[in-house]
Amino acid sequence: MDALRKKLDQLKKPFNKGEKWEKYAPAINAFDTFLYVPNHTTKEGAHIRDAVDLKRTMITVVLALLPALFYGIYNAGFQYYSQLGEAFTFWDAFAHGAWKVLPMVAVSYAVGLGIEFIFAIYRGHEVNEGYLVTGLLIPMIMPVDIPLWMVAVSVAFAVLIGKEAFGGTGMNILNPALTARAFAFFAYPTYMSGNKVWVSEATNVDAISGETILGTLAAGKEVAYNSWSMFSGSIPGSIAETSTLWIVVGAAILILTGVGSWRIMAGGLVGAAFMGFLFNLWSANELMAFPWHQQLIVGGFAFGLVFMATDPVSAAQTLKGKWIYGIFIGIFSIMIRVFNPAYPEGVMLAILLMNVFAPTIDHYVIQSSIKRRKKRLSTATVKSA
Amino acid sequence: MSNDIKIRKGLDIKLKGEAEKLVSDAPRSKTFAIKPTDFHGVTPKVIVKEGESVKAGDIIFYSKYSEKVKFASPVSGTLKEVKRGAKRKILEVIIEADSADTYKEFGKKDVGAMSAEEVKQHLLESGCWPFIKQRPYDIVANPDDAPKAIFISALATAPLAADVEFLLGKRKDEFQLGIDAISKLTSGKTHLSVDKSSASFFNEVKGVQLHKVSGPHPAGNVGVQIHHIDPVNSGERVWVINPEDVAIIGSLFKTGKLDLTRTVAVGGTEAPKAQYFRFKIGSNVKDVVGQLPANVRIISGDVLTGDKVANAGYVGYYHNTITLIPEGNDYRMFGWLPFKDNNIPSMSRTSFSWLFPNKRYKVNTNLNGEERALVVTGEMEKVMPMDIYPMQLLKECMASNIEKMENLGIYEVAPEDFALVDYVNTSKLEAQAIIREALDVMIKEVG
Repeated sequence: MDALRKKLDQLKKPFNKGEKWEKYAPAINAFDTFLYVPNHTTKEGAHIRDAVDLKRTMITVVLALLPALFYGIYNAGFQYYSQLGEAFTFWDAFAHGAWKVLPMVAVSYAVGLGIEFIFAIYRGHEVNEGYLVTGLLIPMIMPVDIPLWMVAVSVAFAVLIGKEAFGGTGMNILNPALTARAFAFFAYPTYMSGNKVWVSEATNVDAISGETILGTLAAGKEVAYNSWSMFSGSIPGSIAETSTLWIVVGAAILILTGVGSWRIMAGGLVGAAFMGFLFNLWSANELMAFPWHQQLIVGGFAFGLVFMATDPVSAAQTLKGKWIYGIFIGIFSIMIRVFNPAYPEGVMLAILLMNVFAPTIDHYVIQSSIKRRKKRLSTATVKSA
Repeated sequence: MSNDIKIRKGLDIKLKGEAEKLVSDAPRSKTFAIKPTDFHGVTPKVIVKEGESVKAGDIIFYSKYSEKVKFASPVSGTLKEVKRGAKRKILEVIIEADSADTYKEFGKKDVGAMSAEEVKQHLLESGCWPFIKQRPYDIVANPDDAPKAIFISALATAPLAADVEFLLGKRKDEFQLGIDAISKLTSGKTHLSVDKSSASFFNEVKGVQLHKVSGPHPAGNVGVQIHHIDPVNSGERVWVINPEDVAIIGSLFKTGKLDLTRTVAVGGTEAPKAQYFRFKIGSNVKDVVGQLPANVRIISGDVLTGDKVANAGYVGYYHNTITLIPEGNDYRMFGWLPFKDNNIPSMSRTSFSWLFPNKRYKVNTNLNGEERALVVTGEMEKVMPMDIYPMQLLKECMASNIEKMENLGIYEVAPEDFALVDYVNTSKLEAQAIIREALDVMIKEVG
C-alpha cells in the first residue's frame, strides 16, 4: 500500500504548487482522493474533525440507489420478454436491461463529470462529489429507450444551466437530475411520454406496447395490474422508479444513516395520502377514484420523494421548512396527476415547483426566530428606559 | 435558590487521555511570555524596555486604544525580548524569570468597604482587568461600559477540559472574595453556573444567582448559558470571567499580591503524564509537558477551541487545559467509504461509532476529508442549543451582511459556540474563523 502511495505521489509531482501542470491539479486530485483520504490536517478552528465528509455522504446515497437501479435493470428485461411472450430466465432479463441501461449510466457520468472537471479546473476548486448521485439519478428516471445522445444533451443542460450557471454545487436552485428530466420531457416529448416508450424496443416491435398505470388512468381505462405488482415494480415506467419495494429499502438506508431527511419523506407521504383521499371522496373520474394508497405506489412519486425531494441543496433547509416542503410536494404531485392530462405524472413538476419555493419557506420559518429576537429587544429597551 | 438549565442539543466527544486528578508543581520555566494575540483586538503598547527588570505584577504593556487596560508580568525577572511577526505585530513579550518571584505590593484591601469605582481602579492598576471579557464580540471588556450582568461558568463540557471544581479545590474563600469584588461592577446580577450534580463549595457562594446546568457540550459554554438566562440584545453588554480568575482576583485583595498561578489539566493520548499541573501564566510549554516528538499537535486549550503552539512556545493566557494529540498527516486508503474506519468518532450515522456513545476515542488532527461547498443541511442545528440558525448565520457572516447578522443573533454568539459546528460539518467549513471575522466586522461597523 505504501508503494502505491509513493507511486501516486511521484505521479502527482508535476501537478504540485509551482509546477507546470498546477492548474490541472483538481482533476488528478479527484482520482487520488478516491483512493486515499488525503493527509490534510486542521489549520484553523477545531483541531479534530468528524469522520464524515461529502464523499462519504454522497457514496451513501449511491448505495441507497443501487437496489432500485438493479431492480430497474431487471425490470427492463422482464417487461421486454414478457410482452414478447418468450420464455426467459432472470439472467436473460437482467442482461437485456443491463445492455440498455449501463450505456446510459456511462454516458451520463462521462458528460456530467467531464463538465464538472472542466469547471473545477477553470474555477480552481476541487471536484465536488454531488455529481456521483446526479449522474446516476438521471438515467434512472429516463424511459429505457431514450437515445444516448438525448441523455448527453439533457445532462449537459442540467449541469451547465441547472448548476454551474448558479455558481456550482451548493448554489443551485433546482435539483439537477430533475432539471435534466424536465429538459428531455419538454425538448423531446415523443420520447418521454405516450404509450410506446416505457418498454424496451416498443417502438420497433409491434407486439410490444405497454402503457404506464397513470397513462391508462388518464385515458380513462381500467388498470390491469394488482397492488402487489405496483408495489414490487413489475410494471412499465421509467427505468428505476417502478419498484416501491426497493425504493423503500433505499429510503431506509437514507433515514438510518441520517443522510436523507425523514421529515421531507414523511411530509410528502402525508401530503400525497391526504390529497389522494380527498380526490377519492370526489371520484369524478378514473384518476380521482384511484385508491389513495395506490396513488403512493404508482408512477415516480416514491422515487422522487425519496431521492430527489431530499436533495439538501434544493430542498428547504430548516427543520420546520422541511415538513412544509415535503407536504406540499405530496399535495402538488397528486394534484398535477389528477388535474393535468398532459402530464400523467406530477412528482417531477411538484418537486421543481417546491425547489423554487424552498427559500421562501425557509425565509418565513427563520422570520419567526427573528421576530422573537426583536420582541425581546423591544421589551428590554422599555425596561432600561 | 437555583434555576435549572437543561441543554438537549449538543455533542459530548469522549476522548482518551483524560488528566488524572492529581496536582503537581511543574518545573519553573526559565522564560515566560504574555502573548498579546491572546487578547483579541488589543494592540499592545509595551512600556518596559528590553533588559529592564520587572516584579511579578508590574505592568509590561497596555492596550493602545483603551489605555486603562493594562497587562501585568506573571513573574519577576528581566524583559528579554519583544518578539514581532509580520508588519511588526507583537507576538510575544518574553520575560527571563528570576529563580524566585518578588511581588509588587498592592496592599491588602477590604472589599466590603470599597466602592465599585475603587474596585474597578484596583483591577485595572493590578493588571487583572484582562480576565474580564465582554459579550458580544468575545473581547476584553471595556472598563467604561456598564454591563447588565456578569456570568461565570463553573462547568466545563469540552473534550478533556479541566474540571473547574477540582482545580479550584479549596480556594473557597478567595473565590468568594473575588465574587464580592466583581459583583460590584454591575448593577445587575452575577450569575454562577454549576454542574447539576455538583456538591462543591460553589453551591454555598453568596451574592450570586446560582444555575444548575445539565446536558452535553456546549452546555458549559458561558455563551449558551447567557442565551438561556438573560440573552444579549443589540446594544447591551454582559461580562464573563473564568472561575479560577475570580479566585486570583480574590487572592489579590486578600494578600496584596498578584499571584498568576494556574492549575492546568494536561491531557490527550500523547501526554507523557496526563494529570494536573500548577504553574504561572505564560509558562513555556516544554517545561510543563517536556520535550515531545515532532508529530504531536500541542494545543493550548481544548481540542475544539485551543491554539496550536510549538513545543518551545508558551501556554495561552486564559487556558487551563493543554491537550496533546497525534498529528493526522497520513493517508487512509478508501477512508471515505461509509462504515469504514470506525475508530474515528462521528456524529453522523455513516460510521458505527454512533452506536457506542460511551466509547473513548484516540483522535488525530486529520481533516477526514476535504473542504467542500455547503451541501448537507440540519447537522449544524444538532449541536447548536440556542435559538439561532447556524448555517444561515454563517452564510450572512460570509457575506458581511450586518443587518441580517443582527437579525440572526450575531450578538449572542462567540467563536467557541461554533466549535462543534467546525467539528461536525460535512463540508469542513471553518465556522469559528468565520464567526470571529464577522464579530470583527461588527466591532468596526456597529461598535
